[in-house]
Amino acid sequence: MSSPELHATSTRPPATAVAANAAPRADWLLQVADVRKSYGPRAALNGVSLAVAPGEFVALLGPNGAGKSTLFQLLTGLFNADAGQVRVCGHDMRHEPVRALGRIGVVFQQMTLDLDLTVEANLLFHARLHGLGRREGHARIADALQRLGLTERARDRVRELSGGNRRKVELARALIHRPAVLLMDEATVGLDPASRRHLLDEVLALRTHGVAVLWASHLVDEAEAADRVIVLHKGRILAEGSPQALVDTTGADSLAAAFLQMTGGTDAAAVTAE
Amino acid sequence: MNLRHALLALQAVTSREVAKFVRQGGRLASALVRPLLWLVVFAAGFQNVFGVSIIPPYETYIPYQTYIVPGLLGMVLLFNGMQSSLAMVYDREMGVMRLLLTAPLPRWYLLFCKLLAGTLLSVLQAYVFLIIAALFDVGVPLSGWLYALPVLVLAGMMLGALGLLLSVHVKQLENFAGTMNFVIFPMFFLSPALYPLWKLEESGATVIHFLATWNPFTHAVEAVRFALYGQWSPQSLAIVAGCLAAFFTLAAWGYDPQRGMLKRSGGKPG
Repeated sequence: MSSPELHATSTRPPATAVAANAAPRADWLLQVADVRKSYGPRAALNGVSLAVAPGEFVALLGPNGAGKSTLFQLLTGLFNADAGQVRVCGHDMRHEPVRALGRIGVVFQQMTLDLDLTVEANLLFHARLHGLGRREGHARIADALQRLGLTERARDRVRELSGGNRRKVELARALIHRPAVLLMDEATVGLDPASRRHLLDEVLALRTHGVAVLWASHLVDEAEAADRVIVLHKGRILAEGSPQALVDTTGADSLAAAFLQMTGGTDAAAVTAE
Repeated sequence: MNLRHALLALQAVTSREVAKFVRQGGRLASALVRPLLWLVVFAAGFQNVFGVSIIPPYETYIPYQTYIVPGLLGMVLLFNGMQSSLAMVYDREMGVMRLLLTAPLPRWYLLFCKLLAGTLLSVLQAYVFLIIAALFDVGVPLSGWLYALPVLVLAGMMLGALGLLLSVHVKQLENFAGTMNFVIFPMFFLSPALYPLWKLEESGATVIHFLATWNPFTHAVEAVRFALYGQWSPQSLAIVAGCLAAFFTLAAWGYDPQRGMLKRSGGKPG
């Protein structure tokens, strides 16, 4: 838990505290350029730019209401931004949604498994939606389940699985079509600490396969192991850099303290779950 | 989108819908009890009240039970079409819809898969109803079973597309019960399902008669009625096909990320 004195911290660093714009790279797998989205007069996203490179794990930290969900809805093509661009492997989500969607895997905040179908049937449904035939689908499903230690649960109905295992199935599903970009939208919500850690470790391990991961969370401890942390607050990017760089810039003694300091500590209770 | 991918996606959506239907054992029962109540109970009570004169496609006097068979087939299609869209609202609330809409296929095609899957279930139920009606000795010509197939598919798709369109605008499941009352019952009663439309005209209910002639369900029922007797009603078929095109286009438009319901309801900030 965060220490009490942090609640009093309200001085905010300037938005440019940490290198806001990394040097452009040709191989960004996910690129978001100056994206804006409003709901009536309220701007949910006010000019957000970010990028994720192959094999990079980027944590998107933001208190509740920061705009993370809105950003993920744009990233998954559920609707389009008012302005700005989302590119996946060079494909514009607005103009080439089918190609862009084919390259991303998503684990949604809300569980999207059919509880009454078996693990395997859920995964096969997804495999087919991605154009994988029965044979190839089954082979990849078997691989994915083995990697996550769920082989023995393949024939079980999802309803019989624990929350942690359900999440793992969703991770397996997101990876079946071998996406270049993996989007994790508050994927650890509702999990116990051990399951949370386990899921995070699985995703961190994907870096060696060159997958670009964007991990959204409001839990700072999940961002400790990230290659880069992006702090989103009130629809803007407040800061961006390695966990250590954020700590150094704010002069705080931990990432959690740095995050609280930047976001004004309004969401202190939600910062760490443990 | 290549053909193989398109067919695999259709298979995925269809097998999921069928699996769900099989799982919900009560759904088939309730889908059949409703029209059977009309056929067995209502028709028995009203047999002598409604005298049905000889009108096309019938060539002779027919019992009232026989008259209402096409309307009850329409009822089966109508209820299932609406129920499929109820499932869309449910999926949307539960987040499952997102999974479907993030598949790398054109969104209209994914909706089309949903529509075809729902229609398959509609038509299967319609045939089960025909079998049961035959067991109650309310039969239609055997050839009609075959002729009716394409028309049942077309009408089922039209009513399913109407359901899709409604699902765009229905925000929560709670609103859906109301929609059922405001859509299903008016459509059913403002149609020749239970009485020929000339009866409405004859009784001086000109406004109701007018509304009934503009009701797409009217034409679905008439198209099915003619097909069961090996005849085609080009006007009804054209209207049903036109409504299908219009409803589906509007529904696809509603699910478009640029406008439509996702823009309005999918974007809770946070």
